[in-house]
Amino acid sequence: MSRETVALTRSERMVRAVSRGPLHAAIIAICLLWMLPSLGLFVSSFRPRDAIASSGWWTAFTTPFEFTLANYEQVLSAQGMGQSFLNSLTIALPATVFTVVVAAFAAYAFSWMEIPGRDILFLVVVGLLVVPIQLTLIPVLRMFASAGLTGTFPAVWLAHTAYGLPFAVFLLRNFFVALPKDLLESAFLEGASHLRVFFRIVMPLSVPAIAALSIFQFLWLWNDLLVALVYLGGFRSVAPMTVTISNLVSSFGSEWHLLTAAAFVSMVLPLAIFFALQRYFVEGILAGAVKG
Amino acid sequence: MRSRLATAAWLYLLPAFVLLGVFLVYPVANTIYLSFFSGRDMSTFVGFDNYRYLFTHPETLVVFRNNLLWLVLFTASTVTLGLILAVLANQVRYEAVAKAIIFVPMAVSFTASAVIWRFMYIYRPPGSEQTGVLNAALGSLGFDPVPWITNTSVNNYALIAAGIWMWTGFALVVVSAGLKGIPAEVLEAARVDGATEFQIFVHVILPMLRSVLLVVAVTLTINSLKVFDLVYVMTFGNFQTDVLANRMFKEMFTFGNFGRASAVAVMLLLAIVPLMLSNVRRFRREE
Repeated sequence: MSRETVALTRSERMVRAVSRGPLHAAIIAICLLWMLPSLGLFVSSFRPRDAIASSGWWTAFTTPFEFTLANYEQVLSAQGMGQSFLNSLTIALPATVFTVVVAAFAAYAFSWMEIPGRDILFLVVVGLLVVPIQLTLIPVLRMFASAGLTGTFPAVWLAHTAYGLPFAVFLLRNFFVALPKDLLESAFLEGASHLRVFFRIVMPLSVPAIAALSIFQFLWLWNDLLVALVYLGGFRSVAPMTVTISNLVSSFGSEWHLLTAAAFVSMVLPLAIFFALQRYFVEGILAGAVKG
Repeated sequence: MRSRLATAAWLYLLPAFVLLGVFLVYPVANTIYLSFFSGRDMSTFVGFDNYRYLFTHPETLVVFRNNLLWLVLFTASTVTLGLILAVLANQVRYEAVAKAIIFVPMAVSFTASAVIWRFMYIYRPPGSEQTGVLNAALGSLGFDPVPWITNTSVNNYALIAAGIWMWTGFALVVVSAGLKGIPAEVLEAARVDGATEFQIFVHVILPMLRSVLLVVAVTLTINSLKVFDLVYVMTFGNFQTDVLANRMFKEMFTFGNFGRASAVAVMLLLAIVPLMLSNVRRFRREE
């Protein structure tokens, strides 16, 4: 009896597997297709200049194998990508911290303090979420110019912090209002100040939200081109990697051994963060999208 | 007591409000104002001249057309692909891996993606060995290579394809989260009633995903209107691929025409205001 059942389920399983064949084929084909462009870049960045110029990257795996680290050496030193890597960090790290700190205080006030017109003010923040920063470039650039801030890191820190605030306040406020009300109210009854509640209760409970926001904001700033281009003015000494790459594209548009290596250098950190902390990154996106 | 509390609250809000005021609210108002002026120091009032220019010049009319192309094709493709992939991936055990693969481009800059896709689109004259994936594939099927970046009848689609590659993962992840929110019993009940998988998709899943799909579509529409980096790095808006955001940059830094640049920015704002209002309305409803 048991043999029969097994046989039956086995043939059932076979039918099921065969009928699901197209499903698997479709998903795997799409995934391969999606990886292809990045794979080409990655492989090419290790190929010598002449090989890239004369043959497709998919031929790299046929003999003779020709791979090199020379492209990376060249972009990191001669083309300034090493300096730009540091500049990208110098821009993104402080600006992320500023955004999160300023937003956390505002979000706390929006969630747990009595302010006349609080809901209207928060609706303004929701509205500001989607305002294109293009609408601010000219007045802010003129402001920075008259303050002598163009081409300096503080200019981009300020601008990035402000531009990141609507999303950051929105995300954190939605998280803060959902915290257990009893917990906070009993703390207030015991005479705890807002500052104390903020640091001792709200912050520790919000680590996941803060992490999601920080990662999201950091990657956003790391990948920014427009703000850096406009307020840093293309000075090589302060240019982040995005600006340096776009300069490389316009001056060496077909020197693919440089472009592929440069692009990959800029991708290393986001990819590492993505694979290590994917959950937080996705949470950041969901928090912004589902309610936004 | 109450007033002291309110004062404290304003202190918590102050840094955020000062930054938002100085770097967002005031500049937006100022940009609208500046769009009626011209000249190096922005002192000459020109009325609607900057706008008239945008709507009468062939070069800027192309910009509007391109943004419309982006809006329709980019949004429709990313939402549709994201939905289909979410439903397909939902049925296999390696869902997380498949989703991560589609999603990875989201973590990378537009700038790097632009390099990746310029590399995909490399064109060399017919007869020479093609080193770009697309033209090599065309060649192996017996077709002539296509200059994807410079040929004005395909290049906008080529740029949009790069955008789709980047943002489908966003639609996929959000729709997929919505899909997980549909109770299994609902789907089971439909199956027990004899509905086919396709009927379930159309009559059960789609209606239940309606609001999620709307959110995704609005977000992606806004992104399609704001697209900048991809176009800037891939073509700098040449070969009739220009879009509003890049045009604004050009007006600012190539032509030094801040008034006209402001008018371009205002067009962008006008396109986005309806979406902003729909966001605000939905938020109020959900609260």
